[in-house]
Amino acid sequence: MNTITTQSPLATYIVRHADDNVIIGQRLAEYISRAPELEEDLAVANFALDHIGVANHLYTYAASVDGGQSDADALAMMRSEREFTNLLLVEQPHSDFGELMARQFLFDAYQVGLWGALSESSDETISGISQRAVKEAAYHLRHSSGWVIRLGDGTQESHDRMQSGIDRMWRYTEELFFSDELDQEMARAAIGVDPAILRTDWERVVDDVLEEATLTRPSDPYQTGGGRSGGHTEHLGKLLAEMQWMQRSYPGMTW
Amino acid sequence: MDAAVVPGYDMVITESREEAAIRTLLQGVVDPDIPFLTIEDIAILRGIHIEDSGAVTITITPTYSGCPAMDVITEDIGTALAAAGYVDVSVELAYSPAWTTEWLTPAAKAKLAANRIAPPGPVGVVAEILCPSCASDAIRTASEFGSTACKSLMVCTTCGEPFDYLKAI
Repeated sequence: MNTITTQSPLATYIVRHADDNVIIGQRLAEYISRAPELEEDLAVANFALDHIGVANHLYTYAASVDGGQSDADALAMMRSEREFTNLLLVEQPHSDFGELMARQFLFDAYQVGLWGALSESSDETISGISQRAVKEAAYHLRHSSGWVIRLGDGTQESHDRMQSGIDRMWRYTEELFFSDELDQEMARAAIGVDPAILRTDWERVVDDVLEEATLTRPSDPYQTGGGRSGGHTEHLGKLLAEMQWMQRSYPGMTW
Repeated sequence: MDAAVVPGYDMVITESREEAAIRTLLQGVVDPDIPFLTIEDIAILRGIHIEDSGAVTITITPTYSGCPAMDVITEDIGTALAAAGYVDVSVELAYSPAWTTEWLTPAAKAKLAANRIAPPGPVGVVAEILCPSCASDAIRTASEFGSTACKSLMVCTTCGEPFDYLKAI
């Protein structure tokens, strides 16, 4: 079987961003056919496709950086929970449409800044993938902001559920801006970005939308992290069990 | 040497007779989601290169990150060239510069309109979308996300006809 762990710092850095996208893509895909209206099923499917597509490009590049010993399928399907380095926010389950949109909105606002910054990467492939992804993140954010505002500034029921979605996801937002040695090494090499610098723009977007949505910015003092080093909430294991079962049951299968 | 203009590059590239012949062959490779458009029409064909060894490298650029048509197109390029006797063919993805609908040729936009898909306008401005059936500008968005990643579903409020709009991006 292939060696799945990444070898180089560059590949490790690329894979963490791929992991974010494949996991939120899987979460969105869970919702297809359950959205409140057909148009929303199409939107959710479309976003899932964009995220999984970005993950596919990044995994493929990470595998080639490491000398082609692995590939995108192996990286997505044959690594275990502790080997995934996604942010905790993207693995959170949603109990309703409000929670799904809260998670999406908070993540989209982060990704618009991230891809914008990575478009300037000195690594041509990262820059190219980011130039594509930033356009997609922009329309994701437009859509998710629209729902946060529509539900927040809607009925009492929709307001309360949107607020509860934002409250539920908030404790995973600090981690978006945690910066570790690898982030700093990649930023120094002008390949990556120090996530800490993305915070100001993210806060401005989030505050503006929450205000228009008549929602309250949570003051949850409890913030958690650890996703980048493989420490996850209990939800990721269950997500992977569903996402990976076919490749695990029939290794190397194709159709 | 023949000259070919590749949208997105402000220059005319020169290619050998054989490379130009491959370009002609590739006019048979279409976007499986919009089969009346060739990969040259939608400007994802970025380059054709033949090594001295005879190895052919075709460079294409992805449209949307998750566009499933890219895999089919990659296969179709291999099949089309194999049928013409090229056995050593690789298809490479070029990510930069990122694809944009601004690269669509006027001919491609005319083909879209003729097939009842409203073509994209300029990127970054509110586009005037005309109904491909009756040319009315009284259009309503039925769904921003449509049958494929690249299309929205619109409805003409004058003639009542629903139609696809290829999004400007």
